[in-house]
Amino acid sequence: MANVRFTSDHEWVRIEGDIGVVGITEYAQEQLGDIVFVELPEVGAQLEKGAEAAVIESVKAASEINAPVSGEVVAVNEGLADDPGKVNADAMGEGWFFKVRLADPQELEDLMKPAAYKELVAGLK
Amino acid sequence: MSDPRATTTGNRGLQIEEPLIFEQGSPDKTAVDLPEPPSTKDRLGGVRRSGPIGLPGLSEPEVVRHYLRLSQKNFSIDHGFYPLGSCTMKHNPRLNEKLARLPGIGDLHPLQPTATVQGALALIDACAHWLKALTGMPAVAMSPAAGAHGESVGLMTIRAALEDRGDARKRVLVPDSAHGTNPATAHACGYAVEGIPADDRGRVDLAAFREKLDADVAAIMLTNPNTCGLFENDILDIAAAVHDAGAFFYCDGANLNAIVGRVRPGDLGVDCMHINLHKTFSTPHGGGGPGSGPVVLSEALAPYAPVPYVVQGPDGFELIEDPARSDAKPFGRIKGFHGQFGMFVRALGYMMSMGSDGLRQVSGDAVLNANYLLACLRDTVTLAFEGPCMHEVLFDEGFLKETGVTTLDFAKALIDEGFHPMTVYFPLVVHGAMLVEPTETETKATLDTFVETMKALTARARAGDVEYFQEAPRLTPRRRLDETMAARNPILRWRPPAVDKAAE
Repeated sequence: MANVRFTSDHEWVRIEGDIGVVGITEYAQEQLGDIVFVELPEVGAQLEKGAEAAVIESVKAASEINAPVSGEVVAVNEGLADDPGKVNADAMGEGWFFKVRLADPQELEDLMKPAAYKELVAGLK
Repeated sequence: MSDPRATTTGNRGLQIEEPLIFEQGSPDKTAVDLPEPPSTKDRLGGVRRSGPIGLPGLSEPEVVRHYLRLSQKNFSIDHGFYPLGSCTMKHNPRLNEKLARLPGIGDLHPLQPTATVQGALALIDACAHWLKALTGMPAVAMSPAAGAHGESVGLMTIRAALEDRGDARKRVLVPDSAHGTNPATAHACGYAVEGIPADDRGRVDLAAFREKLDADVAAIMLTNPNTCGLFENDILDIAAAVHDAGAFFYCDGANLNAIVGRVRPGDLGVDCMHINLHKTFSTPHGGGGPGSGPVVLSEALAPYAPVPYVVQGPDGFELIEDPARSDAKPFGRIKGFHGQFGMFVRALGYMMSMGSDGLRQVSGDAVLNANYLLACLRDTVTLAFEGPCMHEVLFDEGFLKETGVTTLDFAKALIDEGFHPMTVYFPLVVHGAMLVEPTETETKATLDTFVETMKALTARARAGDVEYFQEAPRLTPRRRLDETMAARNPILRWRPPAVDKAAE
């Protein structure tokens, strides 16, 4: 978990070399309820930190997922099209959304470390 | 032990179970006995019918029973309490219906020459007059077909005005608590949408709003009272800031029922507001529609209103249908014919029968009813924001903490009690939101029964009877539906069962 960073909007990014794997947190999937649809960016798209990158729809609501970091999308989780429930079952693993080539690793400094995020969630519950 | 309420037929008293209409009867049966049609030359060529069309075959009494039974499975405002927040499910007075069915009104055709429909044009003009007077706005576009269509027309009018002064802008600001149609409309009109957070009082965060406001903002879309059922106290400052920035103020009129007859949006600096005739002005709603969403406009926007519109000249009323014939700069046409005329009849009937004093009492009673619920329930159910509220009261899931019961479960249990549930999980800014809008047309007795039910269900949840809630509803024609499966794997139409190949 040491190489995972979080946003206050409940997205996570796991650093694997110069690639960031992005998804939503356990807390986010719990709040959203059963996920029924995920719209992912196209491979090759240029994402800007903080701007909309994906859309997620649950039985309760549709929400935007913002890019936690800037960079080019190098892969998306095709499996979510057939089985969006993966986000509920394994938000931090199988339920990842997309991979992005980090444009500026410095951006990670603005994100929360696991302990800080844990504290944020504890405050919300 | 077998269910003591199980029946041989599957029917439950007067509640009749039956298959889909396609699964009843047989194709060789028909309700009417007609002579064989004479043979005619087939002119359909390549699109000629290749097989039977598969209509169900039933006798007339079977068809009548089928649709009557379906209608009995429905729940409507004519059945019982329907406190669906943000929807203003008020009673639809039958006087409106009587007026709409008068032969001189119900039998009109939209293509009749205007000389033969002067009364209808006068009626549109009178309805427009009431809407302008109630909102304090100088102009109104009557043709939008419903609320979201009205939003679209509003933003198109704003865009036309901005582009006409050579100042096309890129962004529209929308509070996080807004109806989903607001950002959707802005996006559909080509604008980038930017959210404005709420403050801890459930109102627009003024500082955050000012920070986002610049010369690139075309409009703000604000609902007042907002979707938390709260009056935006800073609305005058917001309007002034919007105008200082050269932008326009779009007000979502969905919640007009809270202020009608008391507050004129024009006095608040609003440039543009749609009015849901099917909410505030009591026209049928929710399956009984259609809706109708006239848009009132300020002096600055009035010239850009779409065609058609009614003008009164020396020879009577006229319809301006052609932008080239207009003295103004209409941005175009957004609907065939002249809008939802049948709804103008009903809305005008409502406004005239209520009178301005009656309409003032509408908003007063609507707000009083919501605050009565707030006062009776505040010690049981957790309020999302400290009151008082306007026409609807917003609760959150806090009171169910640790019970294992969710907002959804609680809403389902209300169905067994004979209530349409309140709006749940909206607005999104509140956890497990329950938005209750009683409207002014409910009696105190109904509200008291609802309060008692809410208290009893809360006690049951706190006593640990989670299972009761998770299995609700129990008494409906169908039990809890699998909403997740329905969304993930929707089956949108009936298909004939596959023929068993082995049996052929």
